[in-house]
Parts: sequence; C-alpha cells; structure tokens
Amino acid sequence: MRIQLITTTDPQPDYLEFPLDTPLKEWDHPDLVEIPVGVHRHVVRFIRRGDRLYALKELPNELADREWRLLRHLGAENLPVVDVLGVVAERGNDLDDILITRHLEFSLPFRFLFTRSGLPQLRTKLIDSVAVLLVRMHLAGFWWGDCSLSNTLFRRDAGSLSAWLVDTETGELHPKLSDGQRALELDIAQVNILGGLMDLEQGGQLSEEIDPTDVVVQLRERYDALWDELTNEQAVDVSERQLIDDRLKRLNDLGFDTTEVMIKPDNDGSLIRFKPVVVEAGHHQRQLERLTGIHALENQARRLMNDLHSYGAWLASQTGQPLPEAVAAYRWLTEVFEPAIAAVPSELRDRREAPELFHEILEHRDSLVEARHAPIRVPEAATSYALRALPFAETERALLETDEETNAETDKASNDLSAT
Amino acid sequence: MAQVVLDKIDKIYPNGFQAVTELSLEIEDGEFLVLVGPSGCGKSTALRMIAGLEEISGGEMRIGDRIVNDVEPKDRDIAMVFQNYALYPHMSVYDNIGFALKLAKVPKEEADVRIREAARILELEDNLDRKPGQLSGGQRQRVAMGRAIVRKPSAFLMDEPLSNLDAKLRVQMRAEIARLQRELGVTTFYVTHDQVEAMTMGDRVAVIKDGVLQQVDTPQKLYDRPNNVFVAAFIGSPSMNLFEGIFSLNSEGASVALGSQTLQIPAPVIEARPGLRRFDGKSLIFGVRPEDMNDAALVESGLVTTNITAEVALIEALGADILVHFPLDTPVVDSGDPDAVQDLSENTMVVGRFDPRSRPRPGDTVDVAINAARMNFFDSESRLAIWE
Repeated sequence: MRIQLITTTDPQPDYLEFPLDTPLKEWDHPDLVEIPVGVHRHVVRFIRRGDRLYALKELPNELADREWRLLRHLGAENLPVVDVLGVVAERGNDLDDILITRHLEFSLPFRFLFTRSGLPQLRTKLIDSVAVLLVRMHLAGFWWGDCSLSNTLFRRDAGSLSAWLVDTETGELHPKLSDGQRALELDIAQVNILGGLMDLEQGGQLSEEIDPTDVVVQLRERYDALWDELTNEQAVDVSERQLIDDRLKRLNDLGFDTTEVMIKPDNDGSLIRFKPVVVEAGHHQRQLERLTGIHALENQARRLMNDLHSYGAWLASQTGQPLPEAVAAYRWLTEVFEPAIAAVPSELRDRREAPELFHEILEHRDSLVEARHAPIRVPEAATSYALRALPFAETERALLETDEETNAETDKASNDLSAT
Repeated sequence: MAQVVLDKIDKIYPNGFQAVTELSLEIEDGEFLVLVGPSGCGKSTALRMIAGLEEISGGEMRIGDRIVNDVEPKDRDIAMVFQNYALYPHMSVYDNIGFALKLAKVPKEEADVRIREAARILELEDNLDRKPGQLSGGQRQRVAMGRAIVRKPSAFLMDEPLSNLDAKLRVQMRAEIARLQRELGVTTFYVTHDQVEAMTMGDRVAVIKDGVLQQVDTPQKLYDRPNNVFVAAFIGSPSMNLFEGIFSLNSEGASVALGSQTLQIPAPVIEARPGLRRFDGKSLIFGVRPEDMNDAALVESGLVTTNITAEVALIEALGADILVHFPLDTPVVDSGDPDAVQDLSENTMVVGRFDPRSRPRPGDTVDVAINAARMNFFDSESRLAIWE
C-alpha cells in the first residue's frame, strides 16, 4: 500500500481508518456521505471531516496517475479545477488506485441547477460558463477530451456561474492546441451536453422551455465568439488607434488580462494589424485580491470592484478630493464589506460564500430601492437580507443528498455504469 | 467506405521535435489496421493527423480519392471512437444510440433506420426500450459502440478505446469490436500500446517506434518473421528471448558463444540462411521464443534441436503448459522498447514454455532443447533480422 498526499493547511482525514484494501463501493464508515453526482464510470464516494468534504474516486493506476499529474499542473496554472490531494496505490487484491480530491465548496452539480426551484436564471448562464471554461483550458494548451455536465461543477458567481473541471481522465497537455483539436473538443462537448440534458428531459427534470439542441448550438456560438475576441488578429486604420484600447478594455471586461499586444503596420502604413496576447483570466479577481485580500470568483470580483469604486467616488465627493485607490479600498473593506457580512448571523454563513453573500445583499438592496423608491444603505440591506431572504436559501457549502426520489435512479444507474 | 493512405507523412513540432518520420501506410477499404508501439512512439500523433487534429508537416494524406492534408476534421467523414462514452440512465437504449443524430440534423425516419440497423448488428434489438441500468457490462459497451456506428462514417479511428475497461471486459470487447468491424466492413485505424490487443484484432498490424514504421504485416507474419530486434521483442508475450554472442562457423554448422555455454547451430539452419556466413567471427543477436524451448527429455523425435543447460530459478504453472525461468550468464540485450522492464546491467533471464509433463523445480538443472527451425538471428549493428 502506498499513500501519497500533498501537505495541506487543512488536516485531511486519516485514510488509514478506512478499509483501503477493499473495493471503495463496499466501504462502510460513519464519515462517508452521499452527495449528488452526475454519470460516472468509476466509483466515487465522499468523506466528511469537519466542514470539509473529500471525494474519493477508484480508477486504474494509469488513469489515476494521469489525473493526478494533470490536475496538479492545471491547478498550478490557476485554472479552475478541483484540488487534487493524494493517491492511494498498490492496494493489493487487484484493486484500482484511489484518487483523492477536495470537494469544491459551494459548488452546484448541474442536476441540482435543473431540479431545484429558484435557479432558472442561473441555468441560462450554464452554457456561458462552460464556454469560458473551455476557452481557458484551450488557451493553456489543455485538451479535455470529455467535457460534459457530469464532469463539471458550477459555482455561483454574482448572478452568473463559474464552471470548474473535475475530471481529467482523457485530458492531454500540448504546447498549443490545433484548430482541429479544438473543433473535436467542441464536437465531444456538444454530444455529451446534449446527452446530459436529454437525459434530464426524459427523467422529467428539464423545463419544457429548454431545447437541449439549442443549448448545445449556443455553446459553440459562445465559444467561437469568445475565442475570436481573445485571439483574432484585427486590422484598424491608423486614425482609429483607440480601437486597440477598446479591444483591450473588452478583454478586461471579459475577465482576461493581456501581457502584450503584437502590432505591425500594413498597407503602406495606413493600417495597423494587432493581436492581443491573452495570458490569464481573472482580471478583476486579481485586482480585488490585491486591494482587499478578498478571494472571489471573477464576476463576484467585478461586482465588488464596482461597489468599491462607487464607494470611493462617494468618499471623494465628501472630502472634495480624489482618494488613492488603496485608501478607498481599505475604507470600503472596513466600512462596507465587513460590516455587511457581519450582519449575517454566523449560522447562515454556510449558505453562500462571503463574496456571493455580498453580491446577493447588493441585489437585495437594489430590489428594496425599486420597491421603496428611496435610497437604501448597505448595512440596512444586509440586515433585511439576513432576515428575509437568506433563511430560505439552501445551504450550499456542501450539498448533501436530500432529494432521494430524484437521485435514487441516477445513483443506481451511475453505480451500474461504474461497473463498466 | 474508403481507403486511407499515408504517404511519407512527417510530423515536426514547432520546437523541432520530430514525432513521426516518413510514415507510409495503406489501409485498404474495409481493412482493420492496428498501429502498435510503446509510449511516446508517435502512434497517437499519426492517428490525430488522420483525424485532422494535428497539422501534417510533410507528405500526403488521402482518404478515398481526396487529399485531406488541409481538410477540416468535420469534413473528413471519419468517426473518432472514444473510450469514454457515457450512457444516460433515464434514456432508453434506442435514444442512447441515436440522440446525437439530432445534432447532425439527420431526419427522424433515417435516424430510426440507422438506429435499428445498428441495434441489429450489435444484437441489441430486444433491448431498445430498456434503460442502461438493465443491461450487462458488455451490452452497455455495445450501446456506446452503437453511437459511433449510426454516424455511418467512411472510416473509424480508435485511440486506445479499451484502456478504461477492466481486464475481463477488455477481452470481451476486443472480440466484439473485431466482429463488428468485419460485419460493418468500415475501414478502421486502431491505435494501442498493447501488443496482445493488436495481434488479436487487426487484419494487419503496423509496429512503430520513435516515429518510424518498423514493420507492417499480418499478425502471424509479424510474429514468425520479425524484421528487427525491436519487433521481435515487442510482439509476443512472454517476449522473445534475446542473447548476444560471437558467431562461428564450424564443421557441424555454426555456434554462438552465450556466456559460459556454447549454442550449436545445426547445418540445415546455415544452409537455409546463407547470409549468416558473413557473420563468422562477429557478434550476432540470437533470438528464441519461449514456446520454441522445451525440456530436452520431452522433445518429439524427428525435431532438430540444440541444447543448453539451465538452472531453474522460477516456475509458473499455467495448466496447459509451464513457464520456466532460468538465468544465462550473458548480458541483457536492449530491445529498444522504452516500456520494457529490463536491467541492462544484469544477466539475461530466459523464459521457456515447457510441456506440462515436465517437472522441474527451482534449483534443478535441466537440459533445455531449442527448436532449430525456429531460431531468429539479428545483425548486432543494424539490429535487422537475417532471414536469407
């Protein structure tokens, strides 16, 4: 038996407490919990330790090795993938390895998005988030090979969704992906997502308004549009140089940073050809973290930064002088953000991450303003939100299996499939 | 259906690494060709070039009568068959096979015909209304295959499609895919690192190493007449035993010095391969497959053999025969297989497949008879086989 673990700040379970030399599906332990999962070929089980969840997946050595290597690489590149924590190998009795990952907190499996009420507005964002995820992976030279809704987890991101990759069994790393590789990836993703949605449809879990075929056609359109925006060479007249700035601004708004812009004159100098070199998503995330230390998802960060800038402008109007950004950020953090979060009772805080809570408080404030036709300050909105809205929201830190009827059939089929 | 032709195909990456060098293959219309080789040999790169996923650096690729070097993957009329088909639990077998045709905008009536035809070929006709959870493991894999079949491509490309399955199902699916391919008659290019898979499935097998084609032939010919040391060692399980020694002609034929022993090579062998004569006094690699060795006491009369003496180290009883492992005090020959587990600093461990009536025990000394007609010889420098 060989247990290889990454040292982490949070203590991992003592895996030796578990019967590592027996098949994972036969384990019986009070710390094992059921959570909704998609269709998987391999047996996947979850261990709860304190407020953390750990996912254990049993799979052949070669695949476990590949997944371990790829997840570590992608994680180091700051790409949205689950944290891989360890591998249990050489278990004897011809047993496969076990790959250990940290369950992504506050994540929503796609079935949850379609089977719970109150989430329809997020469903429309699902395909956008998958398109962004694919583009980010492709920019990094990663060919996934099995993009599906079951292999993706979603986190709320300020009214949108952020997609996270959870399965790299078929992945490949390349210095650069060819157009053919990207096209094939999209073909596979379209078929897999179509299958996932049609499966929900046939299980009576998909709204009649959603046409699975339209959804996957949109995926390709969104992907192509984003890819073109990020990578296409553009020609502009020398008199329209501001178009270069406009494009860079659009890239920032989409959440991508550029390190350089390749510019070359053309057509006897009357045209400029330029192509941005996009390096990384997370433009607003990095800005927010630098200024406040808050770690948020991209749309959350954009929302928080907007609020920070509004607060900075208000402060400047009070003093008659513009404030340095760092000062405005410190005052916003201590006078707006932290008090708002503090207004939420601690027993409700595992329903949303702090940045998402803040976003929802701002949304709540907007609805109060609309209803009362009067300005509402954030502390008041936070108190109202904590009393009137949050108690009715589901705990999303770790979604445990509650809807037995919905998931029993899925689990049965998943387990059956895992035997293949 | 279509013939697929690779004509001196090169793949050179921007960093200068040449993954494939002048690869020429003709996959006949309806043929099942398996490309096999160790990890990093360029086999998946070759498949990806056929699929259009990798640009071709040099040479010409044809599918049917079209040159497809610059044709988009979707326009090549080929189907990549993956290892990771998911089956959807709420959908019937019928829908699991056919749902993707919706995306391809295949008319409903035509889709129905294709799905039912695929189900007939896959022997799933009676299960079309069932859900995946009601099927056996093998049936579920067939449903997954059905999804590729209904696309009716000119050619199938398969990249290690069985690597995700457990050993039992892998063996079952090998036979299933080979049967399906014969029935469908679709040109199939199959990539694997597993030589057993290659030998049991392909009409022909192409062996590749370091991006260079080593040999392409029927499985039996590859096994019986390998072109070089690499193919000889790579094809077959357990591998061919290889030894290197000085070859000397003598009045009874020739001999090869193998450590402290001398292996006599009968005159008929030299007469059948006169090319061996030019190695007189030179180093030469000698190869013999495990099944061409036996306990000398049990050799059939009339078989021309030559003997060596062995001290048995390990016995593996397989029922129909036994594998006898014994060391020979001659250095291990490097076959060039990067995946092979061999310590080149140690002496050679030989494996013989003996008649089960043989009763050697570890520590026993036995006379091992080698079938002279089945001996293999290779030039130590070029590593090429000497057959003539």
